[in-house]
Amino acid sequence: MGYKGIHIESLKKRYGSGDTAVEALKNVDMQVAPGEVVGLIGPSGSGKSTLLKSLGAVIEPTAGRMILGDEVIYDDGWKVKDLRALRRDKIGFVFQAPYLIPFLDVTDNVALLPMLAGVSNSEARKRAVKLLKALDVEHRAKAMPSQLSGGEQQRVAIARGLINRPPVILADEPTAPLDSERALAVIRILNDMARQYETAIIIVTHDEKIIPTFKRIYHIRDGVTYEEVGEGRNFT
Amino acid sequence: MISLAGRDIMHAWGKFVFTGVGLGLLIGVTLSMAGIYRGMVDDAKALLDNSGADLWVVQQDTLGPYAESSSIYDDTWRSLRGMPGVASAANVTYLTMQVRQGERDVRTMVTGVTPGAAGTSGWPPYLVAGRQITRGHYEAVADIASGFKLGDTLQIRRNYYTVVGLTRRMVSSSGDPMVFIPLKDAQEAQFLKDNDAIHQQRRRTAENPAFNRPQVPGLLDAVIASQSINPYVNAVLVQIESGHNSEVVAESIRRWKRLTVYTRNQMEEILVGKLIATSARQIAMFLVILSIVSSAIVAFIIYTLTLGKIREIAVLKLIGTKNRTIIALIMQQSVALGLIGFVVGKITATLLMAPIFPKYVLLEPLDSVIGFGAVVVICILSSIIAIRAALKVDPAEAIGG
Ligand SMILES: Nc1ncnc2c1ncn2[C@@H]1O[C@H](COP(=O)(O)OP(=O)(O)OP(=O)(O)O)[C@@H](O)[C@H]1O
Ligand SMILES: [Mg+2]
Repeated sequence: MGYKGIHIESLKKRYGSGDTAVEALKNVDMQVAPGEVVGLIGPSGSGKSTLLKSLGAVIEPTAGRMILGDEVIYDDGWKVKDLRALRRDKIGFVFQAPYLIPFLDVTDNVALLPMLAGVSNSEARKRAVKLLKALDVEHRAKAMPSQLSGGEQQRVAIARGLINRPPVILADEPTAPLDSERALAVIRILNDMARQYETAIIIVTHDEKIIPTFKRIYHIRDGVTYEEVGEGRNFT
Repeated sequence: MISLAGRDIMHAWGKFVFTGVGLGLLIGVTLSMAGIYRGMVDDAKALLDNSGADLWVVQQDTLGPYAESSSIYDDTWRSLRGMPGVASAANVTYLTMQVRQGERDVRTMVTGVTPGAAGTSGWPPYLVAGRQITRGHYEAVADIASGFKLGDTLQIRRNYYTVVGLTRRMVSSSGDPMVFIPLKDAQEAQFLKDNDAIHQQRRRTAENPAFNRPQVPGLLDAVIASQSINPYVNAVLVQIESGHNSEVVAESIRRWKRLTVYTRNQMEEILVGKLIATSARQIAMFLVILSIVSSAIVAFIIYTLTLGKIREIAVLKLIGTKNRTIIALIMQQSVALGLIGFVVGKITATLLMAPIFPKYVLLEPLDSVIGFGAVVVICILSSIIAIRAALKVDPAEAIGG
């Protein structure tokens, strides 16, 4: 097929029907290459979350086409049967709030995904610890989420998003709770991961501090996307 | 894969243990109720076994002597003993009453036994202290559950008895301890009126011209004498010669003596099926109510715990957890709660309820197994509401607006 990364073509999403119908996505076109990090910016109600949810296979679009990696996942209808397995194996999520599982320690929060996919506990934990080391939270590996600072929680959540080395990472306001130094650190980690694992990453953000770091930015307004070349500033 | 349920329980173990203990007390009561029923059945069987009888001969068309009152003449046993297949026949009387001892009185079943030797039907088969009754009057053997001691003086109606022996596991079908006294005394106790009443009765008899006839001297005395004795007993306990079929012997007594006869099996059916049937139904009702209450508690707790985890469940679904895993998480917690409850309940029933309960509580291992099964089933069913709530959670919620 030739595509890699994320490829979205004339994606549409209508909520409801009749008089109350909302055209949340009217025409979305988007390409993210493997190893690339793009920003998605738009005013409130413009359709950012709707786009992430469609791409994340938790809501069903109305029409269009979505390709993840080399797999057509949507073409005027789902092309994959098991959406949960798709999410588990292909997509990493990073949310504004870290949403860690409170009854699992840091290592197991991260190791849970490979465990769900059938990897042995010890192997999954080994991978988790390695990733936590890369994200500089290895020293908290045995702590419970409630004992971590906000920034540490966010890094653990990022580790969880990355652990299965998904070809795609969707991040919704990942830096909102962080100060600018930590926000930039998170962006740096995501960029490193993208390069290292050939991951295509979309970051939804309002955050003025990190917008200049994107090489490419998609603006979305009233459900329509426009592409823009970003500053791609270095963030050290 | 790690056990999500286990981790969650360890994380919130206080809540679990607390609820589990509460549930456990309920289960303990439930097990004890079952134990009380078993105890009643066992008491009934002990009553029958310890009487040493193969057949109970009672007044015609009654369910006596335990379930209904029955009275037959106290010389019936003689003619019964001559019947083929009968090894021995012994009179017996039963009277449930308060027996006074010093300041207190105890509810007991006073049993009148014929003179004889140990092994006679109706006699306590074994003693834990003292000796059997040897004299014809004013001696008693009491079940230790009555609290009486050797040498105590008991007052039954107007007469005083000395406790000469103690026995155990001799209780009536309602759990009252038995006190054995000589038959003649027991017949009198059943019948004996107070002095004023005797005085009144004699006066009435003397005033009755039918009895007080000057031309028949001695008639009044004879009538009064016949009014002052009680020629009745409640039943005759019959032992069968070995090699004879109890049903055949029973049938011949029914036919020739025109009395009602029950075999051991029929008697057990009467005791269990009729005498304690009402109690059994009450206990069954309690068991049902307790089960419903327990399920409601488990359902409520598990539902609340699940609602508290809605966000985590949304995240789990978003990252690709199968429904099966989420169902297992909730169901395992529910069953774990049941397990804690069952263990606490079993301990409560065994160590707390059974020893202090004022009735014989017989905890059968099989009942515990059934109880355990019921707890597990109840817990699984109770988790259904919570599971439905969890399955309805939309993974999109984890992404937010
Ligand atoms: N479940 C829904 N049912 C109906 N309309 C919806 C639903 N979810 C979103 N919408 C509408 O779709 C449009 C896009 O919503 P969306 O949540 O994608 O915006 P957003 O860009 O994420 O905004 P914000 O920055 O405020 O989060 C909005 O007009 C919203 O009201
Ligand atoms: Mg949004």
